[in-house]
Amino acid sequence: MTTAEPRLALATRGLTKTYGDGESLVRAVDAVDLEVARGETVAVMGPSGCGKSTLLHLVGGLDRPSSGEIDLAGRRIDRLGERALARLRRTDVGFVFQAFHLMDELTVVENVELPALLAGHSPRRARARAMALLDRVGVEHKAGSLPTALSGGQRQRVAVARALSNEPVLVLADEPTGNLDSAATLDVLRLFEELHESGQTLVIVTHDERIAATADRLITMRDGAFVDETRLTGGTSGRLGALAGFES
Amino acid sequence: MGRLLLVARLAARDLRRRPAEAALLLLAIAAATTTLTLGLVMHGVAGDPYQRTREATSGPDIVASVALNPFTGAAADPAPLEDLAGADGVTAGSGPFPVAGSEIEVGGQTADVQLIGRSVEPADVDQPAVTDGDWLRDGAVVVEAAFAGALGIEAGDTVTLDGETVEVAGVAVTAAMTPYPWSNCLVLCAPFRDDDGEGEGAAGGGPARPEPQVESLTDPGLVWVMEDELTAFASSPDALSYVTYLQLDDPDSAQAFADARQPQGPGDEDKPFLEPWQHIVEQVTHVERNAQRVLLTGGWLLGILAVASVAVLVGGRMADQTRRVGLLKAVGGTPALVAAVLLAEYVVVALVASAAGLVGGRLAAPAITDRAAGLLGGAAAPSLTAGAVLTVTAVALGVAVLATFVPAIRAARTSTVAALNESARPPRRVGWLVALSSRLPVVLLIALRVAGRRPRRALLGVASVTVTVSGLVAALAAHAELDAQLAANPDPRMERLGDVLVVITVTLVALAAVNTVVSTWATVLDVRHASAVTRALGATPAQLSAGLSLAQVVPAFAGAVLGSIGGPLLYDAVDQEDVVMPPGWWLVAVVAGVVVAVSVLTLVPARLAARRPVAPILQAETA
Repeated sequence: MTTAEPRLALATRGLTKTYGDGESLVRAVDAVDLEVARGETVAVMGPSGCGKSTLLHLVGGLDRPSSGEIDLAGRRIDRLGERALARLRRTDVGFVFQAFHLMDELTVVENVELPALLAGHSPRRARARAMALLDRVGVEHKAGSLPTALSGGQRQRVAVARALSNEPVLVLADEPTGNLDSAATLDVLRLFEELHESGQTLVIVTHDERIAATADRLITMRDGAFVDETRLTGGTSGRLGALAGFES
Repeated sequence: MGRLLLVARLAARDLRRRPAEAALLLLAIAAATTTLTLGLVMHGVAGDPYQRTREATSGPDIVASVALNPFTGAAADPAPLEDLAGADGVTAGSGPFPVAGSEIEVGGQTADVQLIGRSVEPADVDQPAVTDGDWLRDGAVVVEAAFAGALGIEAGDTVTLDGETVEVAGVAVTAAMTPYPWSNCLVLCAPFRDDDGEGEGAAGGGPARPEPQVESLTDPGLVWVMEDELTAFASSPDALSYVTYLQLDDPDSAQAFADARQPQGPGDEDKPFLEPWQHIVEQVTHVERNAQRVLLTGGWLLGILAVASVAVLVGGRMADQTRRVGLLKAVGGTPALVAAVLLAEYVVVALVASAAGLVGGRLAAPAITDRAAGLLGGAAAPSLTAGAVLTVTAVALGVAVLATFVPAIRAARTSTVAALNESARPPRRVGWLVALSSRLPVVLLIALRVAGRRPRRALLGVASVTVTVSGLVAALAAHAELDAQLAANPDPRMERLGDVLVVITVTLVALAAVNTVVSTWATVLDVRHASAVTRALGATPAQLSAGLSLAQVVPAFAGAVLGSIGGPLLYDAVDQEDVVMPPGWWLVAVVAGVVVAVSVLTLVPARLAARRPVAPILQAETA
């Protein structure tokens, strides 16, 4: 558990994040041990404020732990400086947020190519990759549109395409269907299924049991700690619609 | 009435809630109104001491003089001056009086002087008014007041004229000659050379002539001596000039009287040179007129800069007031009421700033105008005319309304629901800039996209720096010219003009610096979310802070280039005489200096912004 093995995309040990001190000390993430194998999809569920999103931010290098270790693709990242963490986010991690966090002044394709440009890829290569990803997520016809002209589901597809821009080791999704209606949720579920099938490692934080049901493993959090872990044998392939309750 | 009260109360509360911003607004507008007031109240006041002196000394309308012909060596003939006394329109006259060049020594200092031979009896026209001691007596001389002040001479002192020791009977003023060091020459003076190397008039400053071949004086002072003692003190007793003072029945026709009888060029050296009193007034007041031009120009530049300051501040504040707008509308406030509330506080600040500027300018004016050495009394207390008050108030209100009108109307039109949700104003998309930036290094990519999100703010940045650099370049050029003049002719009044230039330049630079910092903060707040996303996608803090800083530096660079072109044009427009343009390396140094200064000023806000934790910002946007 303590040492990242080559087969592991992510491993944490005793991962803790606290806020405040003394009587006002809050343990947002409390001594969490987690292993995620390459190609595995892990869903993290729990009530609001249980520390799901904080966990996601810690393993994605957006926030720093108070204590504990994080290995990403066999590399210890909890002691990295801001600059190294930025590089890590650029190459090894892709984020999908509940609020999409697309830049409204950039077109769809410009949003998707942004991580590649930040990583120093040539504009031509970044654009080609972005178009391929948009094609993969099914919104290539919206490449020149602004995000405000897209439906919620389409925006989240664009956000997923952006997360895949630099072929990350790990995609972290924070309530990816939290702002979507039922049809759009199904749309995104299908997309995650495709990602899963393609061998992409996914950690999805969600309130939605239908999303959780698509994972290989379901972890339940409460008060910053893991309280339950279930391996879902059904998987997602072919049964997604039924699992999500949208298809008979 | 109730609505007015509500508007006033809300405006007052908001001002009290943000005292630092209110103070900054006040300072920005007050800097402009004070400078403008100074420029406006100075109009005409500098001419008062001359008019008083002219009345007290029975000043001439025409000063006519003849000098030795420098080319033929022929002695000056006073006969044409006597003929002038009988010319049509002449009502009174005195002279011709002999004039000779000499050298004065006092307290180890040496200077050239023009000696005018006068009698003890008062003259009908130009009887110098004694300000210290007595008028002429045998064996004693009287020294012109500004010249005496420059050399530290007082009544009762002893001076040496051409080696002869003589007592100073008194110090006096005259309206027949510009006070030292701007005295006009009645004897042969060293020719003034312009840039083309051509000499300008010798005696009397008349038309251009070939360089004289006889000894001449440089910046001479004026000393009155007994007429029969003149030759004893003269350096060249044979090279006498003559001067006569005339009054006309219509003083306003003096210029026309002189033009009709003026020597027309080479060959006319024997004709008298005529100087109308209006020319003397122009010379007496030229420092104040220059100061007024500088102040009015500075006032307008500061006014434009204040618009940029207020617009940036207001833009930033409006973003914070979105929820307030929503609440107002939710409880029944009409768009007009919302706009009135938002405008009211800035109008109040503008009115206070205009009052402060009027009082400040009025109080500061005597410090610039009270420099009437060589004339009777100081400048009159500058008065605030209704026109000046109206102009200054209109400018202050104009600054406030111009800068706040668009944001206020925009806020008033915001949907109530969107305002209650504090929806941020969507950023602009400048497609070509986004396309261009994708081909540039990451730092430039971030910078151009940040600048492109708010083109109006970027334009304000360009305008702010353009105005500042224009003023700076013009002030530097004026300073260089002033320094050259002061090196040749030390004059406290000119030094004061230099002080005015420095104060306006410093104010311009300070206001521009405040603009830059405020604009950077507004940008940092505005792109908080975009910055967090960019960092989540892999931008390093260093890349982001450099990008945010560069987003200010790029418009500043454009403004500096425009300003370095506009500065010389501004200087040329303000200074109506031939001006020497600053060398090219100055302009390059100014542009480089602006880039460095803006980089330094934006460094701290940009670094702070780039080091903010990303997760809370992204979480807050989700909530």
